[in-house]
Amino acid sequence: MNSITMGVPHHGHHDDHEHHDQFGTVQLGFWIYLMTDCVLFCTLFATYAVMSTAFDGGPNPHTIFELPYVAVETALLLFSSLTYGIAMIGAHQGKRGMTMGWLLVTAMFGLGFLGMEIHEFSKLIAEGAGPDRSGWLSSFFTLVGTHGLHVTSGLVWMTVMLVQLAKSGLNETTIRRLTCLSLFWHFLDIVWIGVFSFVYLMGVSA
Amino acid sequence: MSAHSHSDAHASHGGLKPYAIGFVLAVLLTALPFGAVMKGMVSGVQAVELIMGTAVVQILVHLHFFLHIDRKTDRWTLQALFFTIFVLGVIVSGSLWVMFHLNHNMMPMMPIDG
Repeated sequence: MNSITMGVPHHGHHDDHEHHDQFGTVQLGFWIYLMTDCVLFCTLFATYAVMSTAFDGGPNPHTIFELPYVAVETALLLFSSLTYGIAMIGAHQGKRGMTMGWLLVTAMFGLGFLGMEIHEFSKLIAEGAGPDRSGWLSSFFTLVGTHGLHVTSGLVWMTVMLVQLAKSGLNETTIRRLTCLSLFWHFLDIVWIGVFSFVYLMGVSA
Repeated sequence: MSAHSHSDAHASHGGLKPYAIGFVLAVLLTALPFGAVMKGMVSGVQAVELIMGTAVVQILVHLHFFLHIDRKTDRWTLQALFFTIFVLGVIVSGSLWVMFHLNHNMMPMMPIDG
């Protein structure tokens, strides 16, 4: 922790290279983790593509997908991306209350998304369209479930950040962690674009 | 501090504007394919083109406005991103190529098996 002062908001162009030492290294490391996560999701998408017609005479996208429901899920995640952005603006302005408030709103949107997904999954399983029904449903539950687990981890991380902010406020360390979580959260929204496009929309329009 | 308003538009932090622009674009790019598919306005190849086209554009919008990937992003971050995109291409096209050829080649075997 040398002369880098991330707690102080700075607005100049020129100092962008100076704080790349520690802050930048951590952020790059986290970015590389996200890229490996990309590869993980990619293999699940590829598996889903290969399994996309393996219905085994059972349910198919037309019989079990409800697009209005998915649209609401999508809206929740999209709103959470915007509210996380507002939380980060607060963090860089040194406003702890603003950061924590919008972080809480983000977590609520995330929780809403997760609740809807769990509801969808349990309904499908109750209808006999669980992951054990066909190759297509196995790959569907694996892909969408893995995304859901990531959202769950993001919510746990957000809770931890709220506690840290309450205890030690905005400083170099908490801002760095908030920045990494923002990358994670926005990344999950990008993965969801792939899910609603490739899984839900393509499935119903095919 | 004099460069405040100028740098806000570019910096990886600060300023509601990039998030607001990104959000509006994302809503439009989401509503378009959802609306078209739900109203049954597109089907077949047209639907695939519309859904995949808007998805790719929306991913770029998110990368730029939410993850702040732009000209100022450092080289290593971009290299990691481009290398990953390359790997994704190999995984998806390779999997589909291998698996569909496998299915194709397996076809004549089925009557013998059965």
